[in-house]
Amino acid sequence: MTNFLQLCFAGVAIGALYALVALGFVVIYKATGVINFAQGGLVLLGCYLTYNIHQTWGVPFYLSILLAMVACALFGAAIERFVLRWMVGQPTFAVLMLTIGLLSIIDPAVTAVWGFDRLNLGDPWGIEVLKSGEVVFAVKDIWTIVLAAVVLLAFFLFFRYSSMGVAMRATAFDQEAAIAQGISARRVFALSWAIAGAVATLAGVMLAAGAGGVRPDIQYIALIAFPAIILGGLDSPAGAVVGGIIIGLTQTLTAGYQPEYAPWLGNGFNGVMPYLVMIVILMVRPYGLFGTPEVRRV
Amino acid sequence: MRLRNLNMTRDYADDLKLFRTRQSKASIVAVLALALLLPVLLPDDFWLSVLVYAGIFAIGAIGLNLLSGYTGQVSLGHAFFMACGAYTTMMLGTRHELPLPVWLLASAVVGGLVGGIVGPFALRLRGNYLAVISLGLVFLGQHVFENWESLTGGPGGNGSTAPLSLGFLDFNALAVGGRAYTRNQSFFWLVWALVFLSLLIAKNIVRSRPGRAMQAIRDRDVAAQVIGVSLGRYKVGAFVVSSALAAMAGALFATYQQFIAPDSFNLFLSIQFVFMIIVGGIGTVFGSVIGALFAGLLPALVSKYGGSIPFIEQQPGAGGLTVFQVNQIAFGVLIILFLILEPRGLAAVWLRIKAYFRAWPFSY
Repeated sequence: MTNFLQLCFAGVAIGALYALVALGFVVIYKATGVINFAQGGLVLLGCYLTYNIHQTWGVPFYLSILLAMVACALFGAAIERFVLRWMVGQPTFAVLMLTIGLLSIIDPAVTAVWGFDRLNLGDPWGIEVLKSGEVVFAVKDIWTIVLAAVVLLAFFLFFRYSSMGVAMRATAFDQEAAIAQGISARRVFALSWAIAGAVATLAGVMLAAGAGGVRPDIQYIALIAFPAIILGGLDSPAGAVVGGIIIGLTQTLTAGYQPEYAPWLGNGFNGVMPYLVMIVILMVRPYGLFGTPEVRRV
Repeated sequence: MRLRNLNMTRDYADDLKLFRTRQSKASIVAVLALALLLPVLLPDDFWLSVLVYAGIFAIGAIGLNLLSGYTGQVSLGHAFFMACGAYTTMMLGTRHELPLPVWLLASAVVGGLVGGIVGPFALRLRGNYLAVISLGLVFLGQHVFENWESLTGGPGGNGSTAPLSLGFLDFNALAVGGRAYTRNQSFFWLVWALVFLSLLIAKNIVRSRPGRAMQAIRDRDVAAQVIGVSLGRYKVGAFVVSSALAAMAGALFATYQQFIAPDSFNLFLSIQFVFMIIVGGIGTVFGSVIGALFAGLLPALVSKYGGSIPFIEQQPGAGGLTVFQVNQIAFGVLIILFLILEPRGLAAVWLRIKAYFRAWPFSY
């Protein structure tokens, strides 16, 4: 039982990480209809920037997260302004391939600057733990869960109450009608990429904090957020969080029980379990648990 | 004067011709002759092996272009289908020593079957979701192949030496008319013969009814359905053909390299295929070959002449970018530049040059 609780907590914590990455995907998809394969690259860039500002330049940790968020937001907005702006009116598969091209650039560029070594982020949480009975809670994991909840709440308030959030929803719903109402679609697009960059930095920091370390394969961890958003539905922030947590739980429970009960599935099966869940979900519910089914009219 | 040499379409039969002008017939003959003579004229092992890899990738790229370029379904799963072909060859060719036609065909059939199983997902999902699903396929495939140690040798990889003789022709060391040729020369002929075969198959698909159906699906699937195109049939069909070609490329890849490890079939390989069809030309059959040649020659040039480019590291660990990083960045940058500046790729550039000289010296 203790083992089970422990695995569940770990699952929720990892799930919160996936949720943070997934929220970045969702905000771009919601506003611009682009599935952004480069999100993992933004996550990678965000955590390396934080590392650089904190460890190399000696800025206090929380301030350096903030600075990295701003820098990554600007980078996201710049991608939108200088690369994606040219693709307006092109078919979506072309835009998708373009983000694949971006991913292929960001990853080697980051490793060229910072190398392949595992670096210490220098976060204040380290490997501290809290104990409740037999179950151990890593402080970093608690922070991750709180942060995911805060970001989700912020998204909810932003999209519901702020005029810019409403403008973004309107643009996503019908671009032309939104422009006719005086909403600047360009600003909406740039802002959504900026938000995605800022959220990606948070995700990157939490992925690299604690025992993990700053390392290039963080972007592959970020790719597991894909099953999470597919599960939750591409256009739903709440779905991203629920999807992330379900994926995190399946992953840790698989890691905990599969070697004992189903060893024939091979070593490291928990690494590919999310993709399996995603394929099964897509067979049953193509638009995810909370996604909007696409209406097709002639 | 009969304007026979101009590319003029007078009826449907003209539109469906394989070779629409005399020049295109002549140029095909010229290219075939060049392909036949090239290994003799250029017996350099480095460049021959670059061209052999380019040919292998061209077969896969033709497949991906049928799926993405003509049917509009973006797939990142091409590396997985290549792996299917490579491991079918390892099973039948290396282990059971079945002859060349058997393992080559079996690889294509297995690839097509796996494509046919995955295909219905493509039917259920529209374009963009497929890219995500196929991304999952790459990771699932790598897991399966890394754990199927008896066949694949686990993460460390396994030797792959399938038999290469076809009747009196042995493609390991071809000997024709008393002259002996090297392995690279022999392989060049084998691979490029298969490239031409794949080109012929693809060209015949796209110029006939299925091709028109696929393009209708790409351009507007709802409209295609309304005019009576069966989405299921053609999407799954495109998937099957594309995976079969990828698997055939994988079979040749494994056999030429004589060794494969599961992690050669990674996400970057799939991205390379996307690169080939974008740079070569989305929705043109011969563009896939141009793209594959480009994708093969670019890393070769970087690795051969990288020493004279300042920011590339000369020895490992000496700082600067590694050759692999340079390739990855170059591929990414070119994908973006081509999508923005020339979405129809090098094929369109070529057609423009041809159109310019057709009416030369008049500009129109």
